[in-house]
Amino acid sequence: MVNIIWVSLTVIGLVFAMCNGTLQDVNEAVFKGAKEAITISFGLMSVLVFWLGLMKIAEQSGLLDIFSRMCRPFISKLFPDIPPDHPAMGYILSNLMANFFGLGNAATPLGIKAMEQMKKLNGNRSEASRSMITFLAVNTSCITLIPTTVIAVRMAYSSKTPTDIVGPSILATLISGIGAIIIDRYFYYRRKKKGR
Amino acid sequence: MEIINWLSLAMIPIIIAGILLYGTIKKVPTYESFVEGGKEGIEIAFSIIPYLVGMLVAITVFRSSGALDFIMDLLKPAFSAIGIPAEVVPLALIRPISGTAALGMTTDLIAVYGPDSFIGRLASVMQGSTDTTLYVLTVYFGAVGIKKMGDALKVGLLADLIGVVASIIIVTLLFGSA
Repeated sequence: MVNIIWVSLTVIGLVFAMCNGTLQDVNEAVFKGAKEAITISFGLMSVLVFWLGLMKIAEQSGLLDIFSRMCRPFISKLFPDIPPDHPAMGYILSNLMANFFGLGNAATPLGIKAMEQMKKLNGNRSEASRSMITFLAVNTSCITLIPTTVIAVRMAYSSKTPTDIVGPSILATLISGIGAIIIDRYFYYRRKKKGR
Repeated sequence: MEIINWLSLAMIPIIIAGILLYGTIKKVPTYESFVEGGKEGIEIAFSIIPYLVGMLVAITVFRSSGALDFIMDLLKPAFSAIGIPAEVVPLALIRPISGTAALGMTTDLIAVYGPDSFIGRLASVMQGSTDTTLYVLTVYFGAVGIKKMGDALKVGLLADLIGVVASIIIVTLLFGSA
């Protein structure tokens, strides 16, 4: 699936550029894209080092355990494959919480830790497990309490009511979140039927 | 609103102080633990580089060749037919693929149509209610070396579609159409 998407994005773009006379742009795009990726990775590194450092303290002091025990009843139904006491739970919860409060740069390191734990649970295989797919479904349709960037843009263009989109955004994100869970379950049972 | 603003400002300081104080109470060697955890961060940042380079080069090539615009123009009538305003179609299509491009488009739509117009509000809600699926997948799966994504991409993209449709319905109901 990824292979197909990756190759078709690139090849369609290249062929289109030849027919469209945008070869010059595409030549630049190759290196612009690569450079942007490096910029993002290094930008992420600062955040990753800081938050993973802090989370290590939270993990060793037992704070993460307390937190996951508190929210467990709500979330263990979503992830039936993860034992309730497993550290993956704590990271999943922290990630969703960070997203919820709009702490995007704290959410990514926590999400990566959650994935790491889920991979361990799945015997370190390089395939996505059921829990991973559920986690990503919930995460990408992520529930944000306050979309700060959008509000900032609206303020910059002197909106009279910059925050009146908060309610609708929460509602929309809630619906797509529930939708994501339903779709995820549908695909899971389809996989199971096929015996995979 | 002021309370919410204050809370979102105070959130990170509260979390940091809380973790540090609790760690101290529980006699965790805080500084050493911090450094130990931080080292993992460096490894992860390096391990996602090839995934990001691959994905971002493909996306930038696709976009700058004009293929994306071409496909959007093709799809516009189909989207308009099911009630999605033509102005937000590019945004709906780019949102799951590229976060920065989507933010650029949202800003552009707000600038052109005004933040309090129907299109401006719709763009704001669409931008604010989902995340960049392809980016999240690339980073999260890349960081832990998952090579077979299974149904993750399909599920993520379908959820995005639901988000777009929900945004349109909600904004139309609450603020009236154009």
